[in-house]
Parts: sequence; structure tokens; C-alpha cells
Amino acid sequence: MQVRVLVRLKPGVLDPQGRAVHHALEGMGFAGVEGVRVGRLIELDVADGTDHAAITAMCEKLLANTVIESFTIDTAGAD
Amino acid sequence: MTFRAAVITFPGSNCDRDMAAGLEAVSGTPALRVWHGDADLPDRLDLIALPGGFSYGDYLRSGAMAANSPIMRAVIAAAHRGVPVLGVCNGFQMLTEARLLPGALLRNAGQRFICRTVALTVENTASLFTAGYAQGETIRIPVAHHDGNYYADGETLDRLEGEGRVAFRYAEAVNGSARNIAGVLSANGRVLGLMPHPERAIEPAAVAALGGTDGRRLFESILSALASA
Repeated sequence: MQVRVLVRLKPGVLDPQGRAVHHALEGMGFAGVEGVRVGRLIELDVADGTDHAAITAMCEKLLANTVIESFTIDTAGAD
Repeated sequence: MTFRAAVITFPGSNCDRDMAAGLEAVSGTPALRVWHGDADLPDRLDLIALPGGFSYGDYLRSGAMAANSPIMRAVIAAAHRGVPVLGVCNGFQMLTEARLLPGALLRNAGQRFICRTVALTVENTASLFTAGYAQGETIRIPVAHHDGNYYADGETLDRLEGEGRVAFRYAEAVNGSARNIAGVLSANGRVLGLMPHPERAIEPAAVAALGGTDGRRLFESILSALASA
């Protein structure tokens, strides 16, 4: 079973990397970009039937740092 | 008194030898060396030191993999028993990832790796790590990090300040850290994490190369606290 975990910096947490990417896009001449935030996509291949609670625990204990990051778990959309 | 300090080496640690040499220079006793894959720590430890470096190549987040390595279960248990723990640079990142200290270390606000000697203000002189400094004293200690931008929410920052748990503050803008925080203490004052490297400012040779020996008193403070305990 494929699981996609999307880890994002929480709103309000400064993202210097996103800001640098934003700056680069502007420098390349792309107009109209109002903000960039860089996150992380983690693809897990887990045993069929792995319950949601187990995946949530993986996110809380290792995949995301909930002091600064939020996460979403996508089991349906993964192929 | 024989000083029993353990320095833990993770794959990618690169300041473990400096930490061990610094501890020995101040205490006269060689530090015990512990590998990250060990399940147990030596007994009767006076100090556990988590060194700087790039453990596990900074994969996922700096310190995140190390915080979940086998030896860290023993470190966390020891910290809860009151064994002093010092985390420098990558060691500080591990301590936040392991939730022994609040907050997190983000990428430096300026995106650049910063490697220079900076001025710090000593904010707390009550802890076993900082008793040898004067309140408000300015000291100079080298930093070398990419992810040293301390973050915690406003409520946590207020609590840390209110409880006197900000040990050191940058006296100049360095990396974008919230309220210029460079080092924080646990609630019981026995766990210290800081980004600057006191172990690089100990021996006379450091004066010319790195700007001083102000780090020495941090280690002397630990020894004094033990001697008087």
C-alpha cells in the first residue's frame, strides 16, 4: 500500500528556503508569484491494512517535527 | 574526584574528538567514548555530551535521525534521572528533536552556513553549566552551523524567558534566532543545548586561531558543581 505524507512548515514559521526560491523566480522574470513555501513529500510503501493510527505515529515521532511542521496523510490518492 | 563524562559519537559527528579533548583538558580525565548504536551508557556518569557535526548527513531534519537512535533512549532516561546533558550545535538539534528541550533549529535566516566567532551575552548564571560566568557578561565563542535559527512559539519563548532558561543570547544578529537565543536550559537546569562551540574555545592555542578561551569556564562550571554537590 502506497502512502504519501506531505510535511509542511506551519504558518508563521519562517521559511528561508521558500523565500530564496521566491526571490530566484522573480529574478528569472516570473511575475505574479506572491509567496513560496517549500515542504517535503515522503512516499511510504507499507503493508496492506496498516492502520491510520500507525502512520500517524510515524509522522508524529519521526517524519515531521510538530513543533514547526504539520503533516497530511494521503492513502487514497497514492498510486 | 574522577570526572566521568561520556561523549557520544554518531555517524557524521565531527566535533566528538574536540569535545573529548576539551573535557580532558579541563578535568584531567579522559572522556568515555560511546557509539550511537550502543544500547546502554556507562554507569555513574557525571555528564553526557552530544557533539557537533552532521549526524546521519542531516537527513530528514538536522538531529532527527540521531534523536531516534538506540543510545538516545538511554540518554533521555538518564536526563530524566537528572544526569547533566550538554548538546552543542548538532547536539542541540538532537536535544530539541528528542524533546528534551523546547523549540527547533531552523535553517539560518540568511540561508548561509555561518562559521565565525561571535559575541554572546550570558543570561543565566544559576545553572551548573553557567555558574562560572558573570550575569550579563559578554563572551566570545565560535559558531559553525547552517541550521541554528532557534524557533519556538511566542508562549514558549515567554515561558523560557520567565523561567530564566535562556542561558546565552547572541549579542549581535547571527542567524535569525528568535529573541537572539543561542542556548537554552531544561526546566530543571540540567540539560543545556547551545549552537556555539565552547569546546573550541578552551586551550591557549584557541586564542590566536578562534578568538579566546571563554568556553573553558562552561566546563569548569560543570566540574565545580560536581565537586560541591
